[in-house]
Amino acid sequence: MFDAMMGGISGLVAGFVHLHWSNVVMMCIGGVLLYLGIKKDFEPLLLVPIGFGCIIVNIPLADLMEKEGFLRIIYDAGVITELFPLLIFVGIGAMTDFRPVLENPYTFLLGAAGQFGIFLTLLLALALGFPYKDAVTIGIIGACDGPTVIYVASQYAQHLLGPVSVAAYSYMSLVPVLQPPIMRVLTTQKERVTVMKTHQKTVSKTTAMLFPIIITIIGGLIAPKGLPLLATIMLGNLMKESGAVSRLTKASENEISNIVTLLLGISIGATMSGPVFVKPTTIVILCLGLVAICLDTVCGVLFGKVLYYVTGGKVNPLIGAAGISAFPMSARVVQKEGQKYNKKNYLLMHAMGANAGGQVGSVMAAAVMLSVLKGMGII
Amino acid sequence: MMDKWTFGITMLVVGMGGTICTLIIFSLIMSALKKIFPYKKEEE
Repeated sequence: MFDAMMGGISGLVAGFVHLHWSNVVMMCIGGVLLYLGIKKDFEPLLLVPIGFGCIIVNIPLADLMEKEGFLRIIYDAGVITELFPLLIFVGIGAMTDFRPVLENPYTFLLGAAGQFGIFLTLLLALALGFPYKDAVTIGIIGACDGPTVIYVASQYAQHLLGPVSVAAYSYMSLVPVLQPPIMRVLTTQKERVTVMKTHQKTVSKTTAMLFPIIITIIGGLIAPKGLPLLATIMLGNLMKESGAVSRLTKASENEISNIVTLLLGISIGATMSGPVFVKPTTIVILCLGLVAICLDTVCGVLFGKVLYYVTGGKVNPLIGAAGISAFPMSARVVQKEGQKYNKKNYLLMHAMGANAGGQVGSVMAAAVMLSVLKGMGII
Repeated sequence: MMDKWTFGITMLVVGMGGTICTLIIFSLIMSALKKIFPYKKEEE
C-alpha cells in the first residue's frame, strides 16, 4: 500500500521533476509575449495565443505536441498542410483596400523596394552558414508578413517555423519603434516636410474588380509556385470589391480570420518547446529577422529619396518606409512622422498606397523566390 | 550543387529583379485599366 501511495505521489511531482531549465526560459518568453500582447497592445490577436501556446507546450509530460496531442492535431491539420496561412490571406484580402495603390500605380515600386531586405538577409544567412532552404526561410522574415513566412517555413524549413514566425510577428508589432529612427537618419528636414498633393477618388469599380483577377493571372503565370499565396489574397479582395458575396466577405473578415488566427497562433506557440527553441541558432535567426526588417525600411526610404529627386521634390521620401507588408501600421507610422515635421502634411493616403503595394510586393517576392528556387532545382 | 555565393547572388539578382519587373508590369496594367475604365461620378 505504501508503494502504491508513493507511486501515486510520484505521478503528481513528475511534471516538476522533468521540468528542464529551457522549459522555464520558454515559459518566461511566453509570459513576455502575453505581456506585449495584453499590456502593450502589440499584435494581441497573435501574441496572446502564441504566448499561451508557448507556455503550455513547455509543461512536461502533457504530450501536447506528441501524436494524438491536441496541439499536434491542430498543427498537422493547418500548418503542415499550409491551410491556415492561406485562409488568413483570404481574410487579409477581404480587409485590404487596394484603391490607394490603384490611384497611384507608381507606389507599386515602393512596394518592390521594401522587399530588398528579404534577399540581402538571405545572403547574410548564407554567409553565416545556413543551408539554402533555411537561408530562404530566414530571408522571408523580411516580407514582414506572418502568413507568408509561415507558408514558406512550413514547406521548406519546418524546424525553423517557431523562430521565424515569432520574429516576423514580433518585429511587425515593433514597426512603430523600429522605423522612425531609420526614417530620420536617412532623410533631411527639407525632404521630410515635403507636402504631397491629395488626389480625388479616381478608381472605377470595374478597375477595382479587375485588379485581383488580372494580378492573379499575370502573377500566377510569372511565379506559379507562389500562386496559392497570391490567389487567396486576391480572392478575398475580389469578394470585397464585387460586393456580390457580402456574407462570404464578412465571414472571411471575421469568423474565418478569427478562428484561424486563434488556431494558427496556438500552433506556432506549440513549436516553441524549450529544448528545441533555446539554442544559439534561434538568437541568430531573431537577429537576422531584425536586420531584414530594418533593411526593408532603409531600401524603401532610399527609393523614396530617388523618387523625390526624379519628381523634382513632389514625393515625400518618408512614404518609402511604408513599402513593407505591415498593413496599415506602417502607413500610420509614416503619417505620424510626417506630421511631426509639418503639421499640415497628410501623407496617409500616399503611404497607404505604398503599404498596399508592399502587401502585394511581399507576396510576389515570396512567389518569385519559390519559382526561382524551383527553376534552379533546389525545391 | 552550386556554391552558396552563386546561389545567393542568383537569388538576389533574379529574385529581386523578378519582383521589381512583376510589380512594374502590375503598375503598367493598372495604369492602362484606369484609362480603359475611367472613374465616373455616377458610380457613387
